[in-house]
Amino acid sequence: MAKKEKTVSSVFFNGILNENPTLRLVLGICPTLASTTSASNAVGMGLAATFVLVGSNVVISLLRNIIPDKIRIPAFVVIICTFVTLVEMLVKAFVPALYASLGMFIPLIVVNCIILARAEAFASKNGVLLSAADGLGMGAGFTLAITVIGIVRELLGNGSVFGLSLFGEGFEPMLLSIMAPGGFLVFGLVLGVANYFMNKAEKKKTEEKGVIRA
Amino acid sequence: MSGIAKVLLFMVNCVLTNNFIFSRYLGNCPFLGVSNKVETATGMGLAVTFVMGLASLFTYLIYTYILVPLGLSYLSTIVFILVIASLVQIVEMFIKKSSPSLYKALGIYLPLITTNCAVLGVCLLNIGSPITIGGEVLEFNLLYSVLNGIFGALGFLLAIVLMAGVRERLETSKIPDCLKGFSSSLIIAGLMSVAFMGFAGLGA
Repeated sequence: MAKKEKTVSSVFFNGILNENPTLRLVLGICPTLASTTSASNAVGMGLAATFVLVGSNVVISLLRNIIPDKIRIPAFVVIICTFVTLVEMLVKAFVPALYASLGMFIPLIVVNCIILARAEAFASKNGVLLSAADGLGMGAGFTLAITVIGIVRELLGNGSVFGLSLFGEGFEPMLLSIMAPGGFLVFGLVLGVANYFMNKAEKKKTEEKGVIRA
Repeated sequence: MSGIAKVLLFMVNCVLTNNFIFSRYLGNCPFLGVSNKVETATGMGLAVTFVMGLASLFTYLIYTYILVPLGLSYLSTIVFILVIASLVQIVEMFIKKSSPSLYKALGIYLPLITTNCAVLGVCLLNIGSPITIGGEVLEFNLLYSVLNGIFGALGFLLAIVLMAGVRERLETSKIPDCLKGFSSSLIIAGLMSVAFMGFAGLGA
């Protein structure tokens, strides 16, 4: 896989499937746990992080030949922080409800390891277009994964999805799921299910290769 | 309420009731990443305690005496992260000199304290809204900001050492393939978090 020519679409889908930041690399655990109390919070956090990822990846990729190697991490952090402050102001001004429910986890996007990891591993070595695609793909992968976790937690804990009640009056919600322990439990189980299917798919792939060789 | 009682209540509140890992979701990356062995977990916890105490002190002073008078409080995130990054660099140099074995064991996670959200998180909490302790409203002044950093980090230390103890035992047990690694750790953390919910109301 690694030898293949990098194209915009392969880089984009790499972030969603093979190197999904949440389910494959398990980075950025804190925002995943904190923002998944409801599906709409998760989408909001995902979009905010995607914006920061794309912005920082593009700027870092543009500056990659200017930034001296020794001080690259502080430089990356300052660039990321600029975008985070931007997002914080935008969310505060236009979506105050989201700002109230995510609270300090919006400024904490700065220390989301996904963003610094992509800056270091991808944007500082690749061109602008590829870096933008990588940011978009990673952001989409992150958003999708945390939205799934958010849907499960909201469904169990509140009987609703995106605020729409599904089960009617008689449903007894499992409150634990939207409280602190629920985040760990649901994330752990979703990760386990994802691993199960990924392992199965990999096994199938290697078996097919074996058949062709034989 | 006397001063000492207040500090003790605040400690219970930070370490047990509002544990950084289990109820505030801060600092989970090192919590899951460096909790393989009790020894490294302790080292990591102590390094975080040191950084969080110092970071609380410096960021509180900078925020109150430089940023607020100049009307630059919107720059707080960027200033805080730079302060934290330089502190981590100092701690790294110190540990490298004084304990090379610990330095080796902590490996990549030492520079990663910079991106430990517990450190930036506590600095943001310190400039945030006041909390209630024992029925009294508590504004974060310099003393309580530093205590918040240290006690919060002690809660982190407690959590990561407990977790390492569980994981050391789990190493030899049979787990389904798909649950190995992070997945089982998260589920264990969830169960521990249920246990910590039992402290709810203490020190409130």
